[in-house]
Amino acid sequence: MSYMKALKCRECGKEYPKEALHVCELCFGPLEVAYEYDRMKGALTREVIEGRAPNMWRYKELLPIEGEPTVGGQVGYTPLVKASNLADALGVRDLYIKNDAVNYPTLSFKDRVVSVALSRAREMGFTVASCASTGNLANSVAANAAACGMESFVFIPYDLERTKILGTIVYGATVVGIKGTYDEVNRLCSEIAGKYGWAFVNINIRPYYAEGSKTFGYEIAEQLGWKTPKHVVVPMAGGSLITKIHKAFKEFHTLGLIPENTAKIYGAQAAGCSPIVNAVKEGSELIRPVRPNTIAKSLAIGNPADGYYSARVMRETGGWGESVTDEEIIEAMKLLAESEGIFAETAGGVTLGVTKKLIESGRIPKDESIVVSITGNGLKTQEALYGKLTEPTVINAKLQEFDDLVKAGGREYALKA
Amino acid sequence: MKKRVYLTYPKEQVKEPLLYQVGRKFDVVTNIRQATISDKIGLVALELEGEPEEIEKAIEYFIEKGVKVEPIELDIIE
Repeated sequence: MSYMKALKCRECGKEYPKEALHVCELCFGPLEVAYEYDRMKGALTREVIEGRAPNMWRYKELLPIEGEPTVGGQVGYTPLVKASNLADALGVRDLYIKNDAVNYPTLSFKDRVVSVALSRAREMGFTVASCASTGNLANSVAANAAACGMESFVFIPYDLERTKILGTIVYGATVVGIKGTYDEVNRLCSEIAGKYGWAFVNINIRPYYAEGSKTFGYEIAEQLGWKTPKHVVVPMAGGSLITKIHKAFKEFHTLGLIPENTAKIYGAQAAGCSPIVNAVKEGSELIRPVRPNTIAKSLAIGNPADGYYSARVMRETGGWGESVTDEEIIEAMKLLAESEGIFAETAGGVTLGVTKKLIESGRIPKDESIVVSITGNGLKTQEALYGKLTEPTVINAKLQEFDDLVKAGGREYALKA
Repeated sequence: MKKRVYLTYPKEQVKEPLLYQVGRKFDVVTNIRQATISDKIGLVALELEGEPEEIEKAIEYFIEKGVKVEPIELDIIE
């Protein structure tokens, strides 16, 4: 049974039918999915959710599909890791990592949004999936489209490195490189979405697509024992995820699934691309676009679609925005890997680096619960670490050489007789 | 045809009557749906209506004048 009511303009509130629409015809504001929460109360309980399989569809009443999901049945319910070693390193008491670096099938949180987008797209009769992406989104659209038998088109700037394309082409997607400036590529993609009758997941399917991010927030609350953390740090690219985690907590509270919603939500960006953080720090309502220059490519969005709404979430919840340099990103990636055995992509370095900064500055107190949102896998952005890690030591195949090496290391190990 | 764009004016261009100029120079109808301004930036959500070539010329004119022209969805490449 579906509880999806309508699409609703976030600016003027005008309602629209549940179709492939994404912009209000009246004020050009973005559309969002509205639900019948009153009817959902009582039907979606903790017991019902706990009785379901461990994937993101355990919250399906709160997702924008009419029937059963048909794409990405195994996505989500990634680990919420109690990060004691990292907590010690940061001098805090209660720290968790929500780890979507191991999300199924393409190792990023994008599998959540794409599964919802394509499940809904199929309900609406679409047979071709599409997106404009340089990384995680492209991988996810290509993989999930392949798995459900949809054709897929992925648009990229023509000069994108080949290694970035491989993880998309392998799934059989048609990848089209577009020559032109970043803005020209953007405008063309919008025109293609308008002209071809495809499910362009982050354009005409965007209201449905974006809802998938809420499951990241639902899982945090459920895995913490049906409560929100005091503090959540979230990476921001287009800014959608942070707004949807906020919506997730609010919905859980509305439905009585959590007793209170006191989470302060913090946004993390790279210093080389921080339009939303800048607005928060300046106390401005307007987002000034920037030209991205950072190793955190998956967060390099210069004019974020949800920038305004993200800044509002941080203000409303009592959170804050902070940014980190490329060096701080790499340090944080290493810290996470060495302390918790989690290899996050550069965006994860941004989020942890910002968390560290917020703790050090006293914005996040040391004795309250903190969740750090890790949204992608480090295996995808290995080039960021080239030359930044200790090189392996090479020896000849002689035991004596290894003995010498151990001795030079200065540590004693118990030897067998 | 109709085209929806999002214009970002740099500080230096905020006082220029660019929409008026576009309406005079090209055969397009401009229709503002949202606009906001601060001391640092001007933002306009705009609908352009006319023949595709005229709309393209109008967009090129905005870009020449230093205005950032994006689809109404803003950054699409994720």
